[in-house]
Amino acid sequence: MEQMVNVFLFGKRYAVPASATIMEAMEYAGYQLVRGCGCRNGFCGACATLYRIAGDRQLHACLACSTKVEDNMYVATLPFFPLVKAVYDMEKIKPSQQIMMQLYPEIYACVGCNACTKACTQGLNVMQYIAYAQRGEYEKCAEESFDCVMCGVCSSRCPAGISHPQVAMLARRLNGKYLAPHCDHLDQRIDEINEGKFQALLSELMDNSQEEMRRLYNTRDIEK
Amino acid sequence: MYQDPNIQASAELVAAARAHNITLDPPRMTAEEKEQLLRTYHPDYREDQFELLQVGPNKGEKVPKELAALLQGRSRIDPDKLDLDEPAYDVDVLVIGGGGAGTSAAIEAHQAGANVMVVTKLRMGDANTMMAEGGIQAADKPNDSPAQHYLDAYGGGHFAAQKDLLAKLVTEAPEAIRWLSDLGVEFDKAPDGTMITTHGGGTSRKRMHAAKDYSGAEIMRTLRDEALNRQIPVVDFTAAIELILDDQGRCAGAVLMNMETRELKIARAKTVILATGGAGRLHYQGFPTSNHYGATADGLVLGYRAGAKLLYPDTLQYHPTGAAFPAQIFGALVTEKVRSVGAMLINAKGEAFMNPLETRDVSAASIIRECSDRGNGVKTPAGWAVWLDTPMIELKHGAGTIEKRIPAMMRMFGKYGIDIRKEPILIYPTLHYQNGGLKISVDGQTGVENLFVAGEAVGGIHGRNRLMGNSLLDIIVFGRSAGQHAAAKAQSVTVGKLTLSHVARFHQALEEAGVDTGKISPKLLPTYNSLGKDF
Ligand SMILES: Cc1cc2nc3c(=O)[nH]c(=O)nc-3n(C[C@H](O)[C@H](O)[C@H](O)COP(=O)(O)OP(=O)(O)OC[C@H]3O[C@@H](n4cnc5c(N)ncnc54)[C@H](O)[C@@H]3O)c2cc1C
Ligand code: SF4
Ligand code: SF4
Ligand code: FES
Repeated sequence: MEQMVNVFLFGKRYAVPASATIMEAMEYAGYQLVRGCGCRNGFCGACATLYRIAGDRQLHACLACSTKVEDNMYVATLPFFPLVKAVYDMEKIKPSQQIMMQLYPEIYACVGCNACTKACTQGLNVMQYIAYAQRGEYEKCAEESFDCVMCGVCSSRCPAGISHPQVAMLARRLNGKYLAPHCDHLDQRIDEINEGKFQALLSELMDNSQEEMRRLYNTRDIEK
Repeated sequence: MYQDPNIQASAELVAAARAHNITLDPPRMTAEEKEQLLRTYHPDYREDQFELLQVGPNKGEKVPKELAALLQGRSRIDPDKLDLDEPAYDVDVLVIGGGGAGTSAAIEAHQAGANVMVVTKLRMGDANTMMAEGGIQAADKPNDSPAQHYLDAYGGGHFAAQKDLLAKLVTEAPEAIRWLSDLGVEFDKAPDGTMITTHGGGTSRKRMHAAKDYSGAEIMRTLRDEALNRQIPVVDFTAAIELILDDQGRCAGAVLMNMETRELKIARAKTVILATGGAGRLHYQGFPTSNHYGATADGLVLGYRAGAKLLYPDTLQYHPTGAAFPAQIFGALVTEKVRSVGAMLINAKGEAFMNPLETRDVSAASIIRECSDRGNGVKTPAGWAVWLDTPMIELKHGAGTIEKRIPAMMRMFGKYGIDIRKEPILIYPTLHYQNGGLKISVDGQTGVENLFVAGEAVGGIHGRNRLMGNSLLDIIVFGRSAGQHAAAKAQSVTVGKLTLSHVARFHQALEEAGVDTGKISPKLLPTYNSLGKDF
């Protein structure tokens, strides 16, 4: 017999299997999820959830798809949070400190309370990546925020009204486009392709008999 | 430490054999061995799990039973009762599906000056694209070439790929990488800018580009950000439930359903791009899946009813390494990159039973053999499994490698108390990818004029089996291309009178053939609520 625990979904009690994730618990209770469920495995950030264990003052945040239920867990989902997304043209902006000031000036109002970091469902050092963004250190901001799933929990806790995941998104794009070292072999290969260097070889492969293709495939050398 | 004593005992055998196993390079199977293995153990060869279609463009061909029930299901609407004359939306290009293919298509259509709109069932980015971990292929290194890439993909796909599509895929791959890079996607690079590339199953050159093990997420969130910057309208929580044709038989829009209120709306468009992705949530043959919540083959159903042909709908990809334990992540993907960076497949006795870099179908079949006839599986609460010996990675490449190269995996297992740096993990094949789909010509168009398809909903690019890293590639190459072609085509289209008569005809054909599957389709969402009620 499966072990059961009590969870309180939006305050209402249900007995659910102890091994279930919060998401599975909701379905076990009979919910048909539409909102708040995307990848079901910790990548998309659709399932941000707040919970508190009865008797504990601490409020926790998690992803419902990848967090196991606990006995006496009070659960409230946060399937949407109104983040601020600035609109910009990647071709026109530059990776300067000013760009953050222009697009997300509220980051300079951070009071250093660390509520964002404490709430992060991915365990990221959110306050730190905001500090990097303030200083225009986009490479560091990109690295520190890389695993962000844009669930918005941090922003829901921020007294300064910062939309952290959007700030990090901008930093990563700036880093990827302007700051990361340029890849020369990629340009060379594209030039070669545009000059038609591989066309004859490809056409030959396409015209080969199936037998010949099998032979080529089965005897091709494999890079160590 | 695994709590289950049998599992822990086997894990100890694996640990004891590690120093020896790590020195091995198990031989690759010969072509004949592979053939025999697939016939005996691959799920695609279980004849009783397939059914012949009785109506529609692929009449007489076999598809998985679960798909047959939906392809030959009834529409969600009564085609005669819907007023099509006052569409709520009227655009040049309608993109259905907000994953990587749909979003790339929308960006390019917008770039070409078209009035483009995206509708998507969940949110933009709640999609298989977001979940891709391993990487994206492109032959951009000096020892590699598009021809070599073609050979790998053609052979890996069992010599069945539609050649013109595959040639386009490999030729435009480097350009796809540059496009993403210019949008700001952070590929793993060496300090001098050289792309860090690895092998994937079935590659003969190291051409897998990655952004740690969040490759798809990094691509998807960047594409989404770009679409939002361009202020392309995205109508989310809205599913296409039927395509609309015009009186000349050309695709001219879709019936849309609000997923929350169930309100129906009509969208009229000069051209339509279907980018609805895969089918993992149909759980073929009862397999668990790595796919996102909305992967229910809707695009195949919509296209088929409108008269578009399917290619290779009987070929599915079972990813060899789905998580088999713990239960909370059953079926979730353990990226192939774990093997690329050095983990080997080990059976219950601690033996390295195969080369870890065989193609996916061969690997899956080999694991199923190990767990069935050979009796070398580890018993888990959900069934059987073999080990993926992750601690080998750091023995080979040094401490810190796992956190740096596969952080998502470390996190996924870490949440359930398994430290993959110290302990091996249990895996079993999981339903992963729809190799087949709607047949297109090289411009992305189906046999139905003005209906384009891109992404996992397409069939033929990869033949009967797709190599890792070629799908993220195809959604970019063919997504962009569909956007460009659909926008160009839209310029010369004048939409005629809208009609759903094809749906009525399909219903009639079902009746004439005496087919009643009891299903309405598209399915839209899987049935997981305990009440067992379909959405
Ligand atoms: C876990 C995982 C790991 C993977 N790893 C890799 C990898 O490393 N390398 C690689 O190359 N490939 C990988 N793949 C495969 C690859 O990610 C997908 O095949 C590809 O991203 C599909 O893109 P898409 O845009 O066609 O579909 P998706 O990204 O799935 O997007 C389809 C969108 O359409 C929406 N939709 C569906 N039906 C409807 C409807 N009726 N109306 C409106 N909208 C609808 C969906 O909700 C979704 O948003 C992986 C896949 C998974 C699941
Ligand atoms: S940084 Fe914020 S948005 Fe990103 S994962 Fe953490 S809580 Fe979610
Ligand atoms: S929650 Fe807001 S104010 Fe507090 S540290 Fe984080 S960013 Fe700063
Ligand atoms: S459903 Fe995607 S993160 Fe939970």
